Amino acid sequence: HFHSVGIAILPELTSLYFDCHSNLPAFLLFAFKDTIDLSKFPVDRIRNFCIIAHIDHGKSTLADRLLEMTGAIATTDKNKQVLDKLQVERERGITVKAQTATLIYSHQGQQYLLNLIDTPGHVDFSYEVSRSISACQGVLLIVDANQGIQAQTVANFYLAFEAQLAIIPVINKIDLKNADPERVETQIEKVFDIPREECIRISAKLGTNVDKVLQAVVDRIPAPMASTDDPFKALVFDSNFDHYRGVVANIAVFGGRVKKGDRIVSAYLGKTYEVNELGLLRPHEHPTQKLFAGQVGYIIAGMKDVKEAQIGDTLYLQEQPVEALPGFKPAKAMVFAGMYPMDQSEYQGLRSAIERLTLNDSSVTVQRDSSMALGAGWRLGFLGLLHMEVFNQRLEQEYNASVIVTAPTVPYKAVLSSPKLIKEHGSEEITIVNPAQFPDRSVVSEYLEPMVLGTILSPDTYTGKIMTLCLNRRGIQKNMVYIDDQRVMMKYLFPLNEIVVDFYDLLKSLSSGYASFDYENAGYQAADLIKMNILLNGQPVEELITIVHRGRAYSTGKAMCERLKDSIPRQMFEVAVQASIGSKVIARETIKAYRKNVLAKCYGGDITRKMKLLKKQAEGKKKMRRIGNVEVPKDAFINVLKRKDK
Amino acid sequence: MSRNFAQLIRCSYCNFNKYIPRENNDPMMTECLQRETETLLQLSQVSCITSVFFGGGTPSLAHPSTIAAVLESVSRRAYLSDKAEVTLEVNPTPVGKSKLEDYCRAGVNRFSIGVQSLQDGDLKILGRDHSPHQALQTVEEARRLCPGRVSVDVMFGRPKQSAESWENELSELLRVCDDHVSLYQLTLERGTQLFKQVLGGEVTMPAEDVTAEMYQCARRTLHQHGFLQYEVSNFARHKAVSHHNTSYWKGRQYIGVGPGAHGRFVPRGEGGVVREARTQTLEPDVWIREVQQRGHGTRRRIQLSHLELLEEVLVMGMRMSKGINHKHWELFSPQLGLHEVFGTSNDIQELLQSGQLILDDRGLRCSWDGLALLDSILPALLVMLERQISQRLQRDHHADGQTKRISNPQ
Repeated sequence: HFHSVGIAILPELTSLYFDCHSNLPAFLLFAFKDTIDLSKFPVDRIRNFCIIAHIDHGKSTLADRLLEMTGAIATTDKNKQVLDKLQVERERGITVKAQTATLIYSHQGQQYLLNLIDTPGHVDFSYEVSRSISACQGVLLIVDANQGIQAQTVANFYLAFEAQLAIIPVINKIDLKNADPERVETQIEKVFDIPREECIRISAKLGTNVDKVLQAVVDRIPAPMASTDDPFKALVFDSNFDHYRGVVANIAVFGGRVKKGDRIVSAYLGKTYEVNELGLLRPHEHPTQKLFAGQVGYIIAGMKDVKEAQIGDTLYLQEQPVEALPGFKPAKAMVFAGMYPMDQSEYQGLRSAIERLTLNDSSVTVQRDSSMALGAGWRLGFLGLLHMEVFNQRLEQEYNASVIVTAPTVPYKAVLSSPKLIKEHGSEEITIVNPAQFPDRSVVSEYLEPMVLGTILSPDTYTGKIMTLCLNRRGIQKNMVYIDDQRVMMKYLFPLNEIVVDFYDLLKSLSSGYASFDYENAGYQAADLIKMNILLNGQPVEELITIVHRGRAYSTGKAMCERLKDSIPRQMFEVAVQASIGSKVIARETIKAYRKNVLAKCYGGDITRKMKLLKKQAEGKKKMRRIGNVEVPKDAFINVLKRKDK
Repeated sequence: MSRNFAQLIRCSYCNFNKYIPRENNDPMMTECLQRETETLLQLSQVSCITSVFFGGGTPSLAHPSTIAAVLESVSRRAYLSDKAEVTLEVNPTPVGKSKLEDYCRAGVNRFSIGVQSLQDGDLKILGRDHSPHQALQTVEEARRLCPGRVSVDVMFGRPKQSAESWENELSELLRVCDDHVSLYQLTLERGTQLFKQVLGGEVTMPAEDVTAEMYQCARRTLHQHGFLQYEVSNFARHKAVSHHNTSYWKGRQYIGVGPGAHGRFVPRGEGGVVREARTQTLEPDVWIREVQQRGHGTRRRIQLSHLELLEEVLVMGMRMSKGINHKHWELFSPQLGLHEVFGTSNDIQELLQSGQLILDDRGLRCSWDGLALLDSILPALLVMLERQISQRLQRDHHADGQTKRISNPQ
């Protein structure tokens, strides 16, 4: 359900394992007493790992227990998802922003530094996952003993597998009545090819066997390949912005050592900075004197802008240049949506809210946009649906901004055939984000649409229905395997556009909530795309231009006409609401003319009330947008353009 | 329905309106109604009263002596002709019926009877305590007492009502009614029992298209029986129009008396020159105290701006089938004629072209079809009126400034 956009997640929380997140994180109250001498931890006594799991399988609860057992935070029943700091994270049971915590663990008379790098719980955030993974040598792969492997478990497994990390399967929630760890072990053997003996059965909630997890981290995860004798070299794997101290960069030290006052260089920008502060994250910042090879921590070096702390950048000492680490591919926006203030007077406020929010989430692309119906706003690009959902929720909760969000669209591409246009755009292939800029068929040799590879896991009783749904969404089945005697895993290649709106909700409802879904980007494919116009009494409405696949034009056009019909009030004449392709009308709805609209009964005492009502209508009339002779209230555009309420 | 009843009195320029609580025989209430009547009449400086309307809720619960006393007060402060229209709203219950004769003796010469429906079941749903039979008897008695001066109120768009059953009901009504019919469409009001029932799905209301059909059908049927529609919901034959209500629609002054009553008049008695929208205190107890202390219970006084006055004149005037003639408009807007205000707008041109609105030598009015759509037409007219008036103001202001400059050579 990590994929869910909105409600699909929340019902799950009712049956949730951890429930209340209202208390202050205990670590804020629990100060560190001793100064840690990090030089006492040579590379072979350091382990860097992260926890990956499908949503609600207990990742954050396990993290809480690990923090408690190693004394990073006080043991109290109030520790609920300590690493999930954002309100939206706690409410949804997902992690958006990776956090890091250093644990000090004693094992067989030795002290170890265990760096837990928390990862976001969704592939939308896989750029965050891969960043975290790049700083790790191993992962804890958590699977719910009751639910078994879910779509995201698979996606996360492959991310870790491809990064060649040590994988420790952990079966959580064995205390639940319906727990069936045996079956889950079978699934793990079958899907991941990991021997069942390697699974650790735990209850993170009760703390059962959590010590075994810590032992396994030490025993099964290799120490980082780094030497304190090498020159200093560190990977920036995350960054935050603090209004008082500037950029706080999270780094993994791959070689040498760094201390306060050192002059360091960003390989990406070539700029030099002086280290003001550095230390461990436990999980709050704990300043130390130095950081050594193999360790993970934070560094503050007078960077004023998040863009200076490029994720994936390499830092080195000014006097000892090194070869830069491979870094990361920048995250690419895959889902776009228009955002407009509810009222134009809120424009400035919304702008600063968006600016503040994107300061810590550089993966959101922001472009100014304006619509005749909705006024000035922005077209924002997100990594995926949940990313968009989370962004909206943060805007509303943390910045108290109310926004109109239009239905999401995907970035199409067009391969141009006209030499003149190619020259104009500077390339043969262009990306189209705004449907109004869709180039005509006559100047294009082909259109391309983004594809995704979707993974669906479900009890086999729903297979038929799911296959029908996927077929309707132009899905092509790539693979289908039973992961145990009842559950089936299917892989489908989908056009991204087909899953951005309501696919997940339908999947959930037809499987009574049992199916899970996840996807990864799978490049672009040629597609028969066309531009569809919406007409009101023959006049095209610019803000409703939509790009659709030819095969889906009728159903999309019909749905839009229906929504418009329901939200445009009756007028004194009949209004034809039409969807057209070129000059051909493909769908039509009719708004019948008013036959009667007059309030009976109006005498002396009623005048004031009647006048108020009419004046309000007269005011409303001034605000209506006129398309030809049809008056369209702003609400009608909102109803058609915004995502459906769920 | 249960709280009060309103009582309206009107003269050539004015009329007023009273609310009386259930315990209306209370001599104190009668005394206060008289006192407020006199105070406000004096304040208005009106010399002649042409109509009085006792209405709102169940005025027929009032004792005929109360009616007589109020009329006496009116006569004391202004001229009340024998020919003045004095209407009383009556609920068609046996109690109401038995008192009709006494009301006539007290000075009432026109009855408005809230028949509402001739279907027994519907009357129950509407919470009425009379039967169709009682309604017919009351109408008969009223016609005997005031022939040609009885109006019946009927309601359409009732729960589960069909266009066909409405047509039958109307025919039945036409066999017994006098020369005046008021048609109301039942409107769902928030907070009422019916609203809750509709919301809960216990009761279904006829669809918009059905009520439109009912309205048109009633207009046709009444027309066939010689009734002329002179206002959105009022029909009369033999010229038996309600003079009292006509003066509301013509934008004349009226005085409201009694708890919760509304009035529109210029308080010339205290040197006023601008028309005020006045509302009397709603709660009877508080109203009584206020009347006893200062002679009236006026709770709110709002001076109507020139634009607001014109807006009311427009909205009320357009309800009449004859609309607003140039002379009528000129009375309120001597500087800007109807053609100047409404003749230039595209919006209004569209309405004229589609035949819903008529602007000609006579004035501005709705066509037969347009009248049924008045609430869609009025916003466009109001937008235009506001624009023209504010432009005019700016021009005048500008001209004023220039004149000053010219007249001051320094």
